[in-house]
Amino acid sequence: MADSINIEVFEHLVELAALELTPEESEYLRHELNNQLKAIHELEAIPLDSNVKITLHGIAYTPEISAPIRNDELSSYPYSDDIMKQVPDAEGGYIIVPEIPAEELE
Amino acid sequence: MELCDIPAYQLVEMVRNREVSAQEVLGATLQRIHAIDGRPGSLEPGEITPEDKKHIHAFITLTADRAHAQAQEVDRKLSAGIDPGRLAGVPVTVKDIFAVRGTLSTAASRILSNFIAPYTATPIARMEQAGAVILGKVNLDEFVYGSSSESSAFQPSPRNPWNTSRVPGGSSGGGASAVASGEGAISIGTDTAGSVRQPASFCGVAGLKPTYGRISRYGLIAFGSSLDCPGVLARNVTDTALTLSVIAGPDCQDSTAVTAPVPDYTANLEEGVKSMRIGLSPDYFRITFFDAESGELHEEPISSEIRDTTLHAAEVLASMGAEIVEDVPMPHTKYGIPAYFVISRVEAASNLHRYDGVKYGYRTPDKVENLRQMYRKTRSQGFGLQPKLRILMGMYVSAAQYSEQFYMRALRVRTLIRKDFEAVFDPNGMYKLNALMTPTTPTTAFRMGEVYGDSVLMQYADQLTVPADHAGIPGFSLPAGFDQEGLPIGIQILGPDFSEATLFRIGRTYEIATKHELWRTRRPMVLEDK
Repeated sequence: MADSINIEVFEHLVELAALELTPEESEYLRHELNNQLKAIHELEAIPLDSNVKITLHGIAYTPEISAPIRNDELSSYPYSDDIMKQVPDAEGGYIIVPEIPAEELE
Repeated sequence: MELCDIPAYQLVEMVRNREVSAQEVLGATLQRIHAIDGRPGSLEPGEITPEDKKHIHAFITLTADRAHAQAQEVDRKLSAGIDPGRLAGVPVTVKDIFAVRGTLSTAASRILSNFIAPYTATPIARMEQAGAVILGKVNLDEFVYGSSSESSAFQPSPRNPWNTSRVPGGSSGGGASAVASGEGAISIGTDTAGSVRQPASFCGVAGLKPTYGRISRYGLIAFGSSLDCPGVLARNVTDTALTLSVIAGPDCQDSTAVTAPVPDYTANLEEGVKSMRIGLSPDYFRITFFDAESGELHEEPISSEIRDTTLHAAEVLASMGAEIVEDVPMPHTKYGIPAYFVISRVEAASNLHRYDGVKYGYRTPDKVENLRQMYRKTRSQGFGLQPKLRILMGMYVSAAQYSEQFYMRALRVRTLIRKDFEAVFDPNGMYKLNALMTPTTPTTAFRMGEVYGDSVLMQYADQLTVPADHAGIPGFSLPAGFDQEGLPIGIQILGPDFSEATLFRIGRTYEIATKHELWRTRRPMVLEDK
């Protein structure tokens, strides 16, 4: 069976995922992806009645066990300084990032 | 028996009766950690030495000072006549996928290797409020992506205390290894495809994945949001039940945490299994796996030792009054892994987009021309191979042109897996089961390096555990003996939604009925001269 994820498709995925890979990484990852896809194709062998609904998560969130919706109220977070301390590059409460690529609009 | 080997529920009694102080319990536990853990996982480990291979390396970050302060506080409360809580003085480890305020919270990934959590995850906060003493953060597969803990960016990765040439399982491998060796009586882990139950089984401890939504996930670094479930690793049923009683329940910080009432799970542990109907399914005594060489699917029976151990456990429960129902059909069990390959990857890719080097965690030190390049370099240097694999797979199977073929189909297959359970647990159905008993894993602990790298084969280690994650139901793995190589075997008890109390009762009955079996006297290899 030909690889479903050829080099071209793979490069496109890498671009979308905002990654850049070494040749060794690419080879390993593309090989594993194609093997996983073969396992996934097993799903196609299952006869699925058209009325089988999707399940997004196992248990049903009935009103009896679901948390009520909170009031939409603003409250201040006690540890905002600790959050800002995690920022790799910050100044005066602003997060600094490299230049954002932009195109001139016509 | 040393203090660190005593079950949590007994430690609590001893501490509360002031037979021993929380600080003494902590001291004994830290001593054990120093004796057998070896060096903690690190991003720059250098060579793995023969000495490293004799230790279990459960930890990434030991927070001894914090633990001392907590133990002191428990002792202080007792002196002052204040109730220190239901877990007073119990030493606990936390899988390093949970945020604990003021501590490194790494997900075993370089991309979070410098992240200090600004808040504490709800289940951990509840344990602290109940008087537990948090020892620190234990190792796992990077972002929980694996079944052996070998993919951690922090090496040496954990090893199996029963035989240090074997993996502890994963992804909660550090936690399972720690609990089995007396490095804390309890560990809080997570289960997305079997990541609590499989390492529990490999390390000879109890592991509970409760019903989806039973425990809050606030402060849990997300992988597969429709599957992720915090869970408990402990050395016995009572400790597991006690811990769940403390940490379960609704949380205003997590709308997926259900409001169903939380019983005291320790209250009815010893009420036995009379007239309970416990099923055995042939679909859990074989595995279907994918052969990468031939591209074919193979079906094989599981090892006869694991099968016999499970059947023996069923006989034991029958002798205690349970009714064993054989030949229960669970026909969609074998589709659990293929469906998981799709659903978990889509959710992982979505959850991993947030790591971009902007707000927290690792940012590339390389010179970059623009933001886009910073993202790419940060993510490429920060993520290991397994997260990269999951991101790419998730993007592929959820792409517009494939979504119907893969993702939507997998979600419908998930419905069939759920319906298998609903049918056999239906009180008006044909089988009327209270629980299903299965092996936890198709094999015992494999050798370090034996499966790692083959992402398909690795995933199949979860074949018998992943259906419960798809279905959201609770599953409980219990130690049930050893194979001829001296490696632990686990049995799994599965039940309908919110049936944890039933699973504990079955487990406790099994413990009582087998307490004189010889295998229960064995101790892990790393404790042999201790």
